[in-house]
Amino acid sequence: MTEQTDATGGTERRVRVVLVDDHRMFRAGVQAEIGRTEETGVEVVGEAADVDQAVAVITATRPEVVLLDVHLPGGGGVEVLRRCAGLVVAPEHPVRFLALSVSDAAEDVIGVIRGGARGYVTKTITGADLVDSVFRVQEGDAVFSPRLAGFVLDAFASTDAPPVDEDLDRLTQREREVLRLIARGYAYKEIAKQLFISVKTVESHVSAVLRKLQLSNRHELTRWATARRLV
Amino acid sequence: MPVAAARPPEAEEPPVRRLYRSAEGRWLGGVARGLAGHLGLPVTWVRLVFLGLFMADGLGTLLYAVFWIAVPLGVGGRSAEPRPVFETAPDGRRRLRKPDRGQLFALVALLVGAVVFVANTDLGGPANRYVWPVLLTGAGVVLVWRQADNARRARWTGDGRRRRLLPLARGLAGVALVGTGLTVFVVVRGSAAQLGNVLTAALAVIVGVALLAGPWLVRMTQDLSEERLMRIRAQERAEVAAHVHDSVLHTLTLIQRNADDAGEVRRLARAQERELRNWLYRPEGTGKDEAEEPATFADAVKRAAAEVEDKHGVPLEVVVVGDCPLDERLTAQLQAAREAMVNAAKYGGRGGAVQVYAEVEVRTVFVSVRDRGPGFDPGAVPEDRMGVRESIVGRMQRNGGTARLRSVPGGGTEVELEMERADG
Repeated sequence: MTEQTDATGGTERRVRVVLVDDHRMFRAGVQAEIGRTEETGVEVVGEAADVDQAVAVITATRPEVVLLDVHLPGGGGVEVLRRCAGLVVAPEHPVRFLALSVSDAAEDVIGVIRGGARGYVTKTITGADLVDSVFRVQEGDAVFSPRLAGFVLDAFASTDAPPVDEDLDRLTQREREVLRLIARGYAYKEIAKQLFISVKTVESHVSAVLRKLQLSNRHELTRWATARRLV
Repeated sequence: MPVAAARPPEAEEPPVRRLYRSAEGRWLGGVARGLAGHLGLPVTWVRLVFLGLFMADGLGTLLYAVFWIAVPLGVGGRSAEPRPVFETAPDGRRRLRKPDRGQLFALVALLVGAVVFVANTDLGGPANRYVWPVLLTGAGVVLVWRQADNARRARWTGDGRRRRLLPLARGLAGVALVGTGLTVFVVVRGSAAQLGNVLTAALAVIVGVALLAGPWLVRMTQDLSEERLMRIRAQERAEVAAHVHDSVLHTLTLIQRNADDAGEVRRLARAQERELRNWLYRPEGTGKDEAEEPATFADAVKRAAAEVEDKHGVPLEVVVVGDCPLDERLTAQLQAAREAMVNAAKYGGRGGAVQVYAEVEVRTVFVSVRDRGPGFDPGAVPEDRMGVRESIVGRMQRNGGTARLRSVPGGGTEVELEMERADG
């Protein structure tokens, strides 16, 4: 992306962010944590508390990254993604979504990932990590928290039934390995070192997982979630 | 008092002094039993009093009937343990199945009473015309009322579906008896010729009343069910409020009091968050019984992590993939993992959350515990550090598993535990 040089003229990175969360306190907290533009390079250009507001603000401000809560009045994060689908795939200036949730329910989280979010982090994340995740999403990478990696592994682990769509539903050995290390709390850099591959390769594996997650058929996940009485 | 010997004296005080008819151990409507419980008298005395009053121109019957209609059926009439009785005798036929001495005595008393009644009443005289219809009608009413009680009780115990035919037959018999009694009454009073007219008139009146009152009744039923729904919702809300009040507010108070102790505050907040989350998202039907031992590996890992988290105030991020039942080897692995978690929380907790990852695969179960603390040199571990050597590595090896320890000074520590599954 093109934010390498900015107002200060240095190599400082800049990213424009919209916060979508129905808790004002939480938005204020995130704003305070990452919104100090001089230090973090994150500029919060808008906030929204429900689906309608979110769509309006995102359309108006065209941010690069949206921090999206999963549970929202008016249909939830999935609905925001659905109504902003055009912006997500816009070739010139795509809007990336990063799900930010307290929810432990895998179905919620995987739902927004399927809807087109580029990653998922929990609300217990530290400010520095959140800034890092925002930039990574802005650059087009996927951001997986350990918990999301666990969900994905669990969803794809059910080997009892033959997959309907083999190449989409299966993860390669390498992708599985990468996900396992993410689930164990490794950073991308550490994974690269562990597997003797480059960080870029790790990122491409993760992106492939994300793509498979968005494209693979819903049956497996639904079955899995139903079996655990999550839906 | 031969009966009092057969039954233990039922003179214990119920906690709430409200008059209910007793649903258990009743002979007819449960009135006597309920009264006995309420007054703190042996049930036999009450029954005898009723019997005596019956002799006094049938006053007992009238009194009994009024009680039956007016007093609601309850479980608290007598302080018996309601549950076992509920289970052994789900329907009202218990009396027929196992008559005890008291019941036999009652039967004899009833027969004697009947004989006295018959002897005293001039059945051949003009009274005959009234006695039989009244008796018939009375029997019918008793049947139907008893029936209504049974339906109510079946709704409580939830097995009303079991015998549907018998209650129906009983209800019909009751209605038939009442009908016959009334008809005979009408027939013997007036002339039989007018019966047709009387029936038509009665029918017309009934239809008219039904037309007038029907919509109102329907409306009332709907209102009632709606009201019940609202009450259930309100109860649910009250339960949530009570829980939030009990745990969350309590914890917030503790946090205020310990505001200076950051570690304690964090520990309290995390414990509360986890508890509330469990409570809110627990699957339906899972009780709140925390004391039970977890039966599956995933639950056990989460439980162990939660305990370590509570004890040491260090957050543990747990990710579990797959699940399987616990067996002896996995329990050993779990204990090793727990030890690793404690170590990580104690020595590596400064570097942020401890990552716990467990995966149940087809053949093996894998657990990794990782912290981002200062780390140490495994080769330089002094001999007295039994925690790692015995509790983790030794325990795994004794049970046929492997433990790997990787620690880089400055780069955190990771313990990997792998165990073969007993059943592939």
